[in-house]
Amino acid sequence: MLEITNLHVELEDGSKPILKGLDLSVPAGSVHAIMGPNGSGKSTLAYVLAGREGYRVTEGSVSLMGQDLLELEPEARAAAGLFLAFQYPVEIPGVSNMVFLRTALNAQRKARGEPEIGAPEFLRLVREKAKALNIDGDMLKRAVNVGFSGGEKKRNEILQMAMLEPRMCILDETDSGLDVDAMRLVAQGVNALRAPDRAFLVITHYQRLLDHIRPDVVHIMVDGRIVKSGGPELALQVEQSGYADILREVA
Amino acid sequence: MAEAARRQEGAAALLAAHPAPAGEAGWAREAREAARARLLAMGVPAPRDEYWRFTDPAGLIRPSPQDAALLTPDEKPVFGDFDRLQLVFVDGVFSPELSDPPEMTGLVIQRLDEVLATDIHWARDLFGQLESRGQEPVARPFAALNTACAATGVVIRATGPTPKPVSLRYLHRSTSSDALIRHLVRVDPGASLTLMESGPAAARLNLCMEVEIGAGGRLDHVRAQGRDHERQAITHAFVRLGQGSVYKSFTLTMNGRLTRNEQLVELTGPGASAHVAGACVGDGDFHHDDTVLVIHDAPGCESRQVFKKVLRNGATGVFQGKILVRPDAQNTDGYQLSQGLMLDEDSQFLAKPELEIHADDVKCSHGSTVGGVDETALFYLTSRGIARNEAENLLILAFLDEPLAEIADERYAEDLRTRLQRWLARRR
Repeated sequence: MLEITNLHVELEDGSKPILKGLDLSVPAGSVHAIMGPNGSGKSTLAYVLAGREGYRVTEGSVSLMGQDLLELEPEARAAAGLFLAFQYPVEIPGVSNMVFLRTALNAQRKARGEPEIGAPEFLRLVREKAKALNIDGDMLKRAVNVGFSGGEKKRNEILQMAMLEPRMCILDETDSGLDVDAMRLVAQGVNALRAPDRAFLVITHYQRLLDHIRPDVVHIMVDGRIVKSGGPELALQVEQSGYADILREVA
Repeated sequence: MAEAARRQEGAAALLAAHPAPAGEAGWAREAREAARARLLAMGVPAPRDEYWRFTDPAGLIRPSPQDAALLTPDEKPVFGDFDRLQLVFVDGVFSPELSDPPEMTGLVIQRLDEVLATDIHWARDLFGQLESRGQEPVARPFAALNTACAATGVVIRATGPTPKPVSLRYLHRSTSSDALIRHLVRVDPGASLTLMESGPAAARLNLCMEVEIGAGGRLDHVRAQGRDHERQAITHAFVRLGQGSVYKSFTLTMNGRLTRNEQLVELTGPGASAHVAGACVGDGDFHHDDTVLVIHDAPGCESRQVFKKVLRNGATGVFQGKILVRPDAQNTDGYQLSQGLMLDEDSQFLAKPELEIHADDVKCSHGSTVGGVDETALFYLTSRGIARNEAENLLILAFLDEPLAEIADERYAEDLRTRLQRWLARRR
């Protein structure tokens, strides 16, 4: 599904290299987790995949289902099936959540040459998906993320993911700022989307999210590279003894 | 004193270009004469004047206007879908043929020329009166010119609740038309009225409105100033509010080489409320100026100014807004917001927000900002598959929504929103 080869990324002003030869392969149907200490480049990876400005790729390649991702604009990446659940979802005053969701869904459909979704069908769909995430009508009517609590913002990200049905989902520290109940809701939302033709990349600091979203593979990222990969037990090891042991091991 | 002479010559030339109408009643003639004298005494503005620092008055001073090309209509008229009483002006001249019969319950509508030829005491108390009071603290010579010379307009008196809006539609049919339009509006105590205005009116428009709202009365004023690119306009609204009355005004401006909208709102009765809002979008040869003075002259009144401008390709937006709180106006609640959204580095937004407070128990705040489209929000929207242009338009409409939300009737706001969407779609 997602193939990252020898990816080198620096800040656009050339001041600082962040990713230093990252390799990662996430096959369809799987859930991969990336863990790593602060500053290892996890969020940069998420942003670079989604196409945020401010970074320069100096080497390497990224492909999504065989398509070169790096040459696409962010909206084309989304239409190609990529979705990033933001660590800090953005507030957009004056744009209602409903208008946002419908505009996004129809923009993607249009880009893929599919017919736009009609108002009744859209309403039915959004109500159904929102209900599962405990998102009420008021939250749908309000401006995107404005005045939302931390938990509401994260649930809103998962609602967008559920509506857009992407093929490759990247979750950037979706567990940060969540209480146990909210985390369970978010995890349920993610698990409901698990499918043979869909893959997940879950970026997290903590093992606890991975109790709810069981990963197939766990990667440890340090200083812009994957330094170790393993099964779910790797996350437990991090939880118990921190990154120090692993760092020593790979040094 | 070459400067003073030049100002007077300019005023005299404008007066000569617009002969005062004949056949009016004595009181009207006196009001006209007094306005002439006021204008000659103050003269026309000079670009150095503080009050005209951001807007060059040259296009308004020249005796005849610069030509303005006509826009071929490519969409339904603004407010065209709503049940309303429509009065039509063609290049500033009232057209009975194109207008609805001026009859409606709760309302008396007359032509300005009829009223000025007879003796109607309330009109007499209004015509030229609010304008002359409004010459302090700053001169508004083009309003004096309007009092001295404007021959057409309507005189509207709301005597009770009115079942549907009155819509004044201004058609622009001649590339060289120079229109002076004067309206008088009185809302009796407890009465209410929605007044719509739409269209460019002329190559150059000088429109002045004097409005008196009685105790407990309400006027909703919604206007859209037309899309003709080369037109120029100066408008004045002088509004006086009585106890517990409400004035809500919204103006949408799209295009136009020069637009200056001056509003002077006086809250003279306790508990009155005035909201003055505006949204404009300009591309290229576009200069738009909102000059607003809200005077709190009674206790417990509330006022709100919300003005937003979207500018690109060298367009200019100006905001001069002031809240003046007189000593007796305790418990005033005043608010003022002006914001410019710049779509490139060639455009400019010039703001002069002012508060002048002479009472000690008041709540007044103002804010003014200028900036570009929020790149973080733009990335968020595009990351969901929305194309950059579309995402930008979504953010622009969101930016303009605050003044649009000041329109009480959501249907009218929605009509204007679709105009803005189309305007944005055309600029690609």
